[in-house]
Amino acid sequence: MARNPKRPAGARSARTSLGDHFTAWRHHHRDSLADALGRMRGTPGSTLLTILVIAIALALPTGLSVLLDNARVITQGWDGRAHLSVFLKMDIKEERQRALAKDWAALDGVADTEVITRQQALDEFREQSGFGDVLEALPDNPLPPLIVVFPSSNEPEALEALQQRLSKLPEVDLAQLDVAWVRRLHAIIELGQRLIGVLTLALAAAVVLVVVNTVRLAIESRREEIVVIKIVGGTDGFVRRPFLYSGFCCGFAGGLGALILVGTALWWLGEPVNQLLDLYGSEYSLTGMSPATALILPLFSGALGLLGAWLAVSRHLGEIEPQF
Amino acid sequence: MIKFDRVSKRYASGKDALRRVSFELPAGQLTFLTGHSGAGKSTLLKLIMMIERPTQGQIFVGRQNLNGFGNRHIPLLRRKIGMVHQNHQLLFDRSVFDNVALPLVIAGFPKADIGKRVRAALDKVGLLSKEKQNPIMLSGGEQQRVGIARAVVNKPPLLLADEPTGNLDPALSAEIMDLFHDFARVGVAVLIATHDLSLIARYRHRLLTLREGNLIHDGVESATPAAGDWYGA
Repeated sequence: MARNPKRPAGARSARTSLGDHFTAWRHHHRDSLADALGRMRGTPGSTLLTILVIAIALALPTGLSVLLDNARVITQGWDGRAHLSVFLKMDIKEERQRALAKDWAALDGVADTEVITRQQALDEFREQSGFGDVLEALPDNPLPPLIVVFPSSNEPEALEALQQRLSKLPEVDLAQLDVAWVRRLHAIIELGQRLIGVLTLALAAAVVLVVVNTVRLAIESRREEIVVIKIVGGTDGFVRRPFLYSGFCCGFAGGLGALILVGTALWWLGEPVNQLLDLYGSEYSLTGMSPATALILPLFSGALGLLGAWLAVSRHLGEIEPQF
Repeated sequence: MIKFDRVSKRYASGKDALRRVSFELPAGQLTFLTGHSGAGKSTLLKLIMMIERPTQGQIFVGRQNLNGFGNRHIPLLRRKIGMVHQNHQLLFDRSVFDNVALPLVIAGFPKADIGKRVRAALDKVGLLSKEKQNPIMLSGGEQQRVGIARAVVNKPPLLLADEPTGNLDPALSAEIMDLFHDFARVGVAVLIATHDLSLIARYRHRLLTLREGNLIHDGVESATPAAGDWYGA
């Protein structure tokens, strides 16, 4: 059955140049990406499931960290109103009180001071408490002169130092500082950050494992193809590349999905949160993710996918060897 | 083209698959390799493909000693070897053309070149008209010819065939053998591992017979005495 009467061309093996190799390598990368995307489209169910799992796993820490960032910015506003109430001895005269307030305002760590005279305190108390009649019955104004000191720093340690310094002054009866709540708040935010850190690690590991599993199944379903590629001289890189691309694509798409989920959740929460803040008299309104986060998240997720695919490939490709 | 120099292979199980086997295959020669199951045929092919490594001895493909090859050289070695399987090893998720093109894609040939070479190979095996079909639509003989086209598409100097006529009737086997003769004629070293005694008897080619890992026969003499020897029937 000599179908082709061509003259024998000799059995030289075909050769390729370096340039050809580079072009082929580039094309192979492009083809691997196209192949990975094509196969993802070919199994829409499992692909979508994988992407969704990744999206949810990453949306959780991302969303929490956005909320925490918001909390930090809001409480910075609250910290600004932290102050020391310095009650002076009853016998301090108003002139002396004003002079003290002026002196203290120049102290290190003090932003400003405000004088509340005994009379002002009495008026305010009468107005706000509704116990005016009781006060009328008292022979003397029982309220001490007060200087409100606004510190320039919000650090709990600095506030305490300032408090101790003022307490020692002879004119001062009591310097009151409620730092406990500031400390608690800082502690809670710190704890929140740590928790989100732990959560991020755990869920990042989950993303890697999900991709490992997906790619492992993909390798299994392409066993025959891998065997053939190895027989005809495909390098490990050639075999590996489509799987690495599909791992990256899954991760990247999952990251985009997480962005969408977090964005949707923030939009959903925005209205009631802003109303709530309004009720507390805050100018603040909920802010979303920074553009940097929006950019980094899919790339980070893609990198996790790549890592998962690489783990799966290096673990399972070696097991597949041609047999005959 | 291939030289085995006192090659032994002992598997981890302790089984001696090959014992001090020596032979040489020159370019342009068609050689049969026979012996019953477990005699070492598969091991011999695996050693040439570097799926396994010898326990002792040296194997040369071309002028290169395989003992000096690291794992990363294996793909390059395999590109010089065309391999034809009994079960064809075709991929049914792509066309005949793409199956045959695979070795060229892997070796990094330019696209235009791939088209030309694949069509030349398909023309050689008489399947040019079926390039767009899925190999699953083809008959067993046609599938085997696609496998051969894939094995020779990058013009390897060495062609290995493992039971290439195993599932084919005599007429189809003869067609396949004609192809192998054509390749040998243009200088390819062809090694055909087979059980098929009628095939061996019909063509008086050099015959290597293995029994329990030993090379017990090497020559062009008729295969029949050896057949009685190891076929037991």
